[in-house]
Amino acid sequence: MVDTLTPVLSDNWDADRAWTLASYEQRGGYGALKKALGEKQDDVIEIVKASGLRGRGGAGFPTGMKWGFIPQGDGKPHYLVVNADESEPGTCKDMPLMLASPHTLVEGVIISSYAIRANVAFIYVRGEVLHVVRRLQRAVQEAYLAGHLGKDIHGCGYDLELIVHAGAGAYICGEETALLDSLEGRRGQPRLRPPFPAVAGLYASPTVINNVESIASVPCIIANGAEWFSGMGTEKSKGMGLFSLSGHVNNPGQFEAPLGITLRELLDLAGGVRDGHELKFWTPGGSSTPLLTGEHLDVPLDFESIGAAGSMLGTRALQIFDETTCVVRAVLRWTEFYKHESCGKCTPCREGTWWLVQTLDRLERGEGSEADLETLLDLCDNILGRAFCALGDGATAPITSSIQYFRDEYLEHLRHGGCPFDRHAATLFDHTPATAGVSA
Amino acid sequence: MTIAPETVGELREIAARYPQSRSALLPMLHLLQSSEGFVTAEAIEVCADVLDISAAEVSGVATFYTMYKRRPVGDYHVGVCTNTLCAVMGGDLIFERLKDHLGVGNDETTDDGKVTLEHIECNAACDYAPVMTVNWEFFDNQTPESAVALVDDLAAGNVVTATRGARVCTWREAERVLAGFPDDRADEGPAAGPASLAGLKLARERNWRAPEPSSESTTGDAIAADQAAKSSRTESDVAVAASPADTADSAGPKSDSNSDGKAPDAGGTH
Repeated sequence: MVDTLTPVLSDNWDADRAWTLASYEQRGGYGALKKALGEKQDDVIEIVKASGLRGRGGAGFPTGMKWGFIPQGDGKPHYLVVNADESEPGTCKDMPLMLASPHTLVEGVIISSYAIRANVAFIYVRGEVLHVVRRLQRAVQEAYLAGHLGKDIHGCGYDLELIVHAGAGAYICGEETALLDSLEGRRGQPRLRPPFPAVAGLYASPTVINNVESIASVPCIIANGAEWFSGMGTEKSKGMGLFSLSGHVNNPGQFEAPLGITLRELLDLAGGVRDGHELKFWTPGGSSTPLLTGEHLDVPLDFESIGAAGSMLGTRALQIFDETTCVVRAVLRWTEFYKHESCGKCTPCREGTWWLVQTLDRLERGEGSEADLETLLDLCDNILGRAFCALGDGATAPITSSIQYFRDEYLEHLRHGGCPFDRHAATLFDHTPATAGVSA
Repeated sequence: MTIAPETVGELREIAARYPQSRSALLPMLHLLQSSEGFVTAEAIEVCADVLDISAAEVSGVATFYTMYKRRPVGDYHVGVCTNTLCAVMGGDLIFERLKDHLGVGNDETTDDGKVTLEHIECNAACDYAPVMTVNWEFFDNQTPESAVALVDDLAAGNVVTATRGARVCTWREAERVLAGFPDDRADEGPAAGPASLAGLKLARERNWRAPEPSSESTTGDAIAADQAAKSSRTESDVAVAASPADTADSAGPKSDSNSDGKAPDAGGTH
């Protein structure tokens, strides 16, 4: 029986100076690299395939299969790009990982690049996280000095250059083809597929793009074996992952557990919903995954079960909201976010998110009419599946799910002539009015 | 041209890092924000010149990303997350209080040029909501009162240290780091904050751990690895203190306990 929590990626986060090479290697770090370099590249890919690791960035595509799509012996350069643009609202797992243990990621990058026969790799990290960028820069520098990166790594004839590349503020760059355009020095706009990045990615060459947590999971798989990894989790959602609880919970934070744990179990570990309050709604994997409610507390948090419940596992970003939260206000704010972050390339998303905000804003102010709900659903229907990339789909998720579960709360805004909630009651601090005198 | 020759030299240095030079455009714009204070018309021209692309192409990129500014920014860029979760937990009230306290609107700078206030999108620290940033360093678990005290400290020139990060530098210094020129502050601050360790702490208390790997599949070369570590040096030449193994409560597959102590033979068979 596997334990409730299974710290692997987070296991060294409480070590002294965990971010340093010395600390990481003291605990066996870079042992997996040396093991991998003794294997054939195709065998490394097979191990990752056999582990059942699925992408940790939200989509859940099998990582080893993605690597297997890279054509071999094609004479073109291959690239590995790590998507460290973590920006999905609610998602906060990759940043603490890179802050505490950047070498876990760097070791994963080297093994993964070796497997797909890439000689240049990139970590595309969002720009708004200065200290994470510093820790990555330092870790990469340490890895070069230790001979884990550069020419003829540990005498095995394999070369790898790793570049830490800071973005400049654009949610859309978390979409893998927009990320590639951004990394090529362009506006971050998604590309038409096919061709897929595995065939024509960065600089039109075969490219693998993986999330931070996916790549960081590779060293432990190589070190401990595919069976060890697949011994955790469920039949189709294998291994452990970081679950991030935030919002109205007593002890929010990161909880590394086998896939398939439930929110009820996680809430129990996190000290429950804040005292005196009850769960109202939550996101299983960021704002782009449809809202769930208290009736879903026992749904296993794996790809299949959350899908069957009408949402998506996404990034395991569990944002918890209690009964003091106005769902219309919450959804409006997310919708404003999608409108702001829409890259403008395709009409359904560019125009659609604009109209969604107009309609929601009117409803939130208690204006408009019940027919606006049908307009919203109609708009969502015309965006979902018709936008160029998943940003448009994501924009519809909070709206359609909130109307499904909280239709009457929208109507209450109309009856009330405005928002019936006290937003002070939802805050995590005792509200002091601005007039109460502040030390200045 | 008022852009210094040294800056142009550094722009070319960035361009040389990449397999194709145009990939350097984002870090180049970060560097120019550091040297010029914002993306000036001249900055656009010099990027175009270095990369041999049109100024319109550079301009198209500079206007796409929210971190690039077309007006001067204060010494301290103060961000308040007002995406849904932080907003509901108190970010909206914090932002309103700061606008009132500083007498500025969104994306505006105080008259003394010290503080630029901006509401920001989710910054991946939701377990520390409500979240603020100063020059893109994390300031966790804020209240309106702590936010006011923070900006007052910044305006007064007091040393301010991020919750999970370094002593705050200026915005222009931060932009230089983002351009890929490290400032040697990586060792400041903790590895993790309390929320990041919430699950790990519980696991330690309850003796929960990942399953042990079967013995033949483990790798253990901690000793050799440690020796390699000792031969490495960081840019700072700061001696990296040997980390205690903290084996007392460490468990799981990365533990030293699986080490067979053998030096690895990295010579592969491929």
